[in-house]
Amino acid sequence: MVDATSPTAGRILEGPRGSKPKSRLSRRNIFLYGTLLLVSIYYLLPLYVMIVTSLKGMPEIRLGNIFAPPVEITFEPWVKAWAEACTGINCDGLSRGFGNSVKILIPSLILSISIASVNGYALANWRFKGSEVFFTILIIGAFIPYQTMLYPIVIILREIGLMGSLWGLVLVHTVFGMPILTLLFRNYFTSLPEELFKAARVDGAGFWGVYFRVMLPMSIPIFVVAMILQVTGIWNDFLFGVIYTKPETYPMTVQLNNIVNSVQGIKEYNVNMAATLLTGLVPLVIYFVSGKLFVRGIAAGAVKG
Amino acid sequence: MKIKAALATTAAFISASALSAADLEVTHWWTSGGEAVAVSEFAKAVNEKTAHNWVDGAIAGSGGTARPIIISRILGGDPMAATQLNHGRQAEELIEAGLMTDLTDLAEAEGWKDFVYPSSLLEGCTYEGRIYCVPVNIHSTQWLWLSHDAFEQAGIEVPKDWFEFVAAAPKLEEAGLVPMAQGQQGWQQAIAFGALSISVVGIDTWSKVVVEKDADVAGGPEYAKVFQASANARELARNSNVQDWNLATNMVITGKAGGQIMGDWAQGEFAVAGQVAGEDYTCLPGLGLNQVIDTGGDAFYFPVVDDPDVKAAQLEMASILISKEAQVAFNLAKGSLPVRGDIDLSTANDCMQKGLAILAAGGVLPNADQTLSADTQTQIKDLMAEFWASDMTAEDAQARYASIIASAD
Amino acid sequence: MTLADTARVSDNPVRRPKQLFRNLSAKFASIPMILTALVVFVGGTAWTVAHSFTKSRLLPKWDFVGLDQYERLWNSNRWIISVENLLIYGVCSLVLTMVLGFTLAALLDRKIRFEGAFRTIFLYPFALSFIVTGLAWQWILNPDFGIQGVVRNMGWESFTFDPLNDPDIVIFGILIAGLWQGTGFVMVIMLAGLRGIDEDIWKAARVDGIGITKTYVRVIIPMMRPVFVTALVIIASGIIKLYDLVVAQTNGGPGIASEVPAKYVINYMFEAQNLAQGFAASTMMLLSVIIVLVPWAYLEFGGKKRG
Repeated sequence: MVDATSPTAGRILEGPRGSKPKSRLSRRNIFLYGTLLLVSIYYLLPLYVMIVTSLKGMPEIRLGNIFAPPVEITFEPWVKAWAEACTGINCDGLSRGFGNSVKILIPSLILSISIASVNGYALANWRFKGSEVFFTILIIGAFIPYQTMLYPIVIILREIGLMGSLWGLVLVHTVFGMPILTLLFRNYFTSLPEELFKAARVDGAGFWGVYFRVMLPMSIPIFVVAMILQVTGIWNDFLFGVIYTKPETYPMTVQLNNIVNSVQGIKEYNVNMAATLLTGLVPLVIYFVSGKLFVRGIAAGAVKG
Repeated sequence: MKIKAALATTAAFISASALSAADLEVTHWWTSGGEAVAVSEFAKAVNEKTAHNWVDGAIAGSGGTARPIIISRILGGDPMAATQLNHGRQAEELIEAGLMTDLTDLAEAEGWKDFVYPSSLLEGCTYEGRIYCVPVNIHSTQWLWLSHDAFEQAGIEVPKDWFEFVAAAPKLEEAGLVPMAQGQQGWQQAIAFGALSISVVGIDTWSKVVVEKDADVAGGPEYAKVFQASANARELARNSNVQDWNLATNMVITGKAGGQIMGDWAQGEFAVAGQVAGEDYTCLPGLGLNQVIDTGGDAFYFPVVDDPDVKAAQLEMASILISKEAQVAFNLAKGSLPVRGDIDLSTANDCMQKGLAILAAGGVLPNADQTLSADTQTQIKDLMAEFWASDMTAEDAQARYASIIASAD
Repeated sequence: MTLADTARVSDNPVRRPKQLFRNLSAKFASIPMILTALVVFVGGTAWTVAHSFTKSRLLPKWDFVGLDQYERLWNSNRWIISVENLLIYGVCSLVLTMVLGFTLAALLDRKIRFEGAFRTIFLYPFALSFIVTGLAWQWILNPDFGIQGVVRNMGWESFTFDPLNDPDIVIFGILIAGLWQGTGFVMVIMLAGLRGIDEDIWKAARVDGIGITKTYVRVIIPMMRPVFVTALVIIASGIIKLYDLVVAQTNGGPGIASEVPAKYVINYMFEAQNLAQGFAASTMMLLSVIIVLVPWAYLEFGGKKRG
């Protein structure tokens, strides 16, 4: 089996392979860029439609086609989605949810990534009897529909007294983020040269010593991947957010659902789209900004089976 | 003064525990225009008349979205102060498990039994002789809502019952309108089916199926008429492609559709749109065929909590929800009927008056929530969702309905 | 952190540090994982499976009724439709995501300009939730305002493209949205895999006069087996959980034409307040996962000492 991990990260930003294009307008290039542009339309269309719709007034939406650019640009839907849209008798839009989402995100992010990285490290370098069995259970766990686990988790949280608190939700995110993150870290640490580990051991470093002094500093790319995956996963979570929090602490996604499903009179597509975009903004920005790091990190560790 | 006496007893009863301001989180799924106005009446009453603070925990979607959230919170030991649930069989097991506050003492002190009408509402809240919820409104689902504008466009009279409506359908179609607006969701289709069945076959046959769960009658020739009527309705609603109930109601309000079968809460939407019953729209209880309505509705339950302040506040809140003023304000906004027989509703509109008259005449049915378990209702909803969206024959649908009734509990 | 650090090769298996006789810290550090695996995944699953043999309604109870719930499940039209839908969606999604993901990666790997821009375009939907994805595509596929409406307005009156309201093809309407959201991530994984292949292999292929397509199919793809495995795990675990997207896009409609198993589980657990029926359905889902996964997981992770 070829180890796909190794030379990857180095090359990924150095540039692609293949013979140098001979001329700019060769048939090959037309085909290549043509295909890519065509596919790009499929990927960009929804974003385009969402943005355009969110900038139109309702009369224009009802008359026009959804692909036409707005005749009169209005930011009112955005204002409404952020600060005025109603659910029940609360009319403060998504604004409340933003802070809540951040409050949920940060501790969940820290806890889930630190636990998963230590797990991965133990699995890669300090295997003990049964460790692979637990790991296999964990991976199979990744396939269990979350819904199945809702009830047992309610019971577990009740028993440890965390039901309804922020930490209960943090714990749930940590547990369900664990399979895929542990897999990532395990694969990454496995791919690091063994000599590093040995040398540190010879120097007398123990489990934690090796982890903090050798492994941690070397694993920034995979931390970036884990972070990006978790930010999107936790930020986009709806199911856990709605079940394990209260109205005052509802994350943004729950409020998005509330706004979109609180139909008052007519469906305000423009407000819905603005609300949708606002909710997606954080993960989107993260992807646009750190896309390169993400790809590099994936190349560095995730691809090993 | 009777009210004063009642208030005094309430006060005496409540002051038994310390009175200090508490935040009362209230979960409910009232998020459409009319509903939101109505619930804010309750919130206003609680905020103004007590030292407590109504924290609104609206969950958008339908009861199906909200109930799991409500139930898992209660089960998980992190209950809200109060929550909407449909009374009937939904909360039985929660009460059994001792998770709901017993309101019997308050109810006796205030004499709920004397003024709650019809009394079946309080029975829906009663479990083994104790009262566990406050009914807040009566909702019935056997209503046909008709748009005057639409029939004017078609150049015909507004129909007086379901069969006239069916007969008028071709004219509506000629005028380029959708004869019947119908939200494409299982629960709405089940409401249409329920309204058609009671209206077409009458109370006795209906009770045999829905109350006594007689599968032979459900599969028999009498009930075949119901399925034929449903198949007709399906044809009339062919071109209605909205999902939400209030979007369907909006088609009637704007004269794009002739009519809609929906619960009386549709009235709230007409009110928000500034329409007047009898002038802009007509409502036909029992689809104009049988003068009966069911008495389902919403109720508030108060989960057992530890905080003594919240405990005391829960009782205060229960007392306010059932008070005359709150009942009038809430129900006028929501378009539902109040649960008290002792209030003057002369300000109510044409449709509510019709409903009140039927109530007074005793044309009252038990609600599906009281007669069928949520499980059976879900199976019926699934069947209806499939039936309305496909070309399933009336016969097939009836056979499957009969088998659901046969296994119902 | 430099790139060179991550690029080092480690093909030789690491020998277990046997001198450490007990490995205590490692075990201690693994407690969260062990607890998660045993208490949440095994414990929770066992609890769920056990209660599927009862007649629990709103609250879990111990009234043993044997296989009644399963009998009812497999007699339910909605469940059968749900399973069929998942099979169709699953197979299509698996194949198309792999093919599309690999093709896009291969195209990006052909020394093109604006690679970063294209990569971002293909990847960004992955940052959006299924709820958002569902809403956006519901909007685009809306028969009155969306693609169909626009084409009709341009004069092609009979043009029909209304997958979300046609029971026969609604699942493909969901597939369009699902692919849009998920292929980017698979593409990135594939791209990483492609970049991991030694330049010499390409040189050798060129010397031997093997065409580009042939090289991909005969040489490159077989070499990328681990990458495909990772992609497979990620896609497959997403498929079985398909829920949010359906709820946001069609809510199972029209009728029950786009129902999926996870939605059946949720509806029966909570809306119908028939926990045991929901548990029986989730047990069936779990069973199918285990049948497919356990032998594979054993080979992949358990059988060998080193990946």
